Amino acid sequence: MNLHEYQAKSLFDRYGIPVSRGLVAATPAEARQAAETLGGAVWVVKAQVHAGGRGKAGGVKLARSPEEVAAAAEAMLGQRLVTKQTDAEGLPISQVFVEMGSDIARELYLSIVVDRGAERITFMGSAAGGMDIEEVAAATPEKIFTVTVNPGAGLQPYQTRKLGFGMGLSGAQLRQFGDICTRLYRLFDECDLSLVEINPLIVDAEGAVVALDAKINVEANALFRQPELLKLRDITQEDEMESRAAEHDLNYVSLDGNIACMVNGAGLAMATMDLIQLHGGTPANFLDVGGGATPERVAEAFKLILSNPAVKAILVNIFGGIVRCDLIAEGIIQAVREVNVSVPVVARLEGTNVEKGRSLLADSGLAIVAADDLTDAARKVVAAAAA
Amino acid sequence: MSILVNKASRVVCQGLTGRQGSFHTEHCIEYGTQVVAGVTPGRGGETHLGLPVFNSTHDAVRNEGVTVSMIYVPAAFAADAILEAADAGIEIIVCITEGIPVLDMVRVKAGLQDYTCRLIGPNCPGIITPGEAKIGIMPGFIHQPGRIGVISRSGTLTYEAVYQTTTNGLGQSTCVGIGGDPVRGMDFIDCLELFEQDPATEGIIMVGEIGGTDEEQAARYIKDHVSKPVVSYIAGVTAPPGKRMGHAGAIISGGEGTADAKFAALESAGVRTVRSPAELGSAMLDLLA
Repeated sequence: MNLHEYQAKSLFDRYGIPVSRGLVAATPAEARQAAETLGGAVWVVKAQVHAGGRGKAGGVKLARSPEEVAAAAEAMLGQRLVTKQTDAEGLPISQVFVEMGSDIARELYLSIVVDRGAERITFMGSAAGGMDIEEVAAATPEKIFTVTVNPGAGLQPYQTRKLGFGMGLSGAQLRQFGDICTRLYRLFDECDLSLVEINPLIVDAEGAVVALDAKINVEANALFRQPELLKLRDITQEDEMESRAAEHDLNYVSLDGNIACMVNGAGLAMATMDLIQLHGGTPANFLDVGGGATPERVAEAFKLILSNPAVKAILVNIFGGIVRCDLIAEGIIQAVREVNVSVPVVARLEGTNVEKGRSLLADSGLAIVAADDLTDAARKVVAAAAA
Repeated sequence: MSILVNKASRVVCQGLTGRQGSFHTEHCIEYGTQVVAGVTPGRGGETHLGLPVFNSTHDAVRNEGVTVSMIYVPAAFAADAILEAADAGIEIIVCITEGIPVLDMVRVKAGLQDYTCRLIGPNCPGIITPGEAKIGIMPGFIHQPGRIGVISRSGTLTYEAVYQTTTNGLGQSTCVGIGGDPVRGMDFIDCLELFEQDPATEGIIMVGEIGGTDEEQAARYIKDHVSKPVVSYIAGVTAPPGKRMGHAGAIISGGEGTADAKFAALESAGVRTVRSPAELGSAMLDLLA
């Protein structure tokens, strides 16, 4: 689950990590008020969306008076911001963060992730702040410094010194940086984060180390024990179909093709998308109905995929292990009867109670095309979508 | 022969009295697995499914001589259950539980360094040696004792590989679902090493998916250490970057973990790759012909 910049900065503040001062605003009047409250002569107005690349997309504006702040907020609020990290639709801007302008002496990069190879929390720092870190990693990997943390021992000072020296810090800044890293580690660990990215972390004109941006991702599996963080969820930033699916315990990812698929198991769901493409079609979604699929859940899944107007055909691919094929068949029949299904449905069932499931479908009187195996299913659904 | 588990394996179920634990343990017993005890803290002394229930895994080890544990406890308590099993001296810990916070697994993996046990999973279907022991949630009836070792990060894709090798008569020596989480127990290389040494295993099917670089590392290992034929499929060619595809570990991030890169690495290691999971069985039959 992603947090907005203003939410991430408030979390930083709670852990004593220095951030640039700012206030969140939902209207131009609030934005002007925020600028006046903050004081100063220069402000930055930043669109609050769950995507990076805001600056280049026009989502970060410099303003030199409270009127300019209000005007910048007016131009952003209610619009959608399209960045290189969003799709063509972009994300809605319902809040802006009004921040005091900073006098930047140096821009650094710092991130924290769970490194799956090391199986540990890993810090990554670079003196090349304000740039796309993936480009830095590709072009000049020697400019990136990493340390992995033993969960028993915790982050050690020698590790933050290694990062800090690598990033060209010394003296007071090195000490501030070490303190920031220690606090970030505690934040990451206590709040079950899966990503913290500060780009840029700056040294300002007075020599203070400050987080000018803040990106936080909270690990989905740990949300059950982070009720305070869960309150920060902003579903307007999430794909509508994906949010609806999540309410029904379905795993759904929107894609841009025209063949919808409904599958049990994440691996088989991905493989089904791949098979559709292998046979010349394009998948409209990833959908895993899970191991404990009930007829009701299958019916919900059907309604969900049918609400995508691009869908020209549906492939149901079930390998019944825990889930029984006859239950799945009942769900399909229930859904096709309830919802007005106007596109062809191809079903491939295999596994537990497969005969019962197949005969239920065959006897339903509904136009459901039965497939013998995976390949047959993919061919039939691609042909149906093209017809 | 087989790897890791067989008909002599004495199994304890942690979380036996829960809904999942009861349901699946019943099927395991039906299959012929020697499940001989259960653990539910606070319910020691009871009998459930005809099995003695203990307050701790330590008690189950002491009283029933169990060496394998099958864990169904909820995600919030699973890390504790794994470490308890390790501390009790369990040799093979099979954790089925899905949704364990990744930082819990980071701590578990560091904690397990104190022990010599092996962890399978979490977020996996478990392990089965057909005809001998089923320890997990897979449908037993699709398996058949035979010649192929199966390793997979995905449950239902394992069943596809199993079903195909049953249908074409090859059968399976042992099938290991290593799980779909980013931080987990045994990886491909651990299983490849055991299958290479197992005389009953003549070929290995390895099913991977997007995310991480385990398949690339396995490819390097195969090149240097595996003499048996390997067939592999990677799910997620069409998966968009930055999106988690159901499994916590199935995500392409920072350009790393793509299916194309994994296919390429495996092919350069001499592995027979298939672009359709429907061809796993026939490709293996072809290699063994």
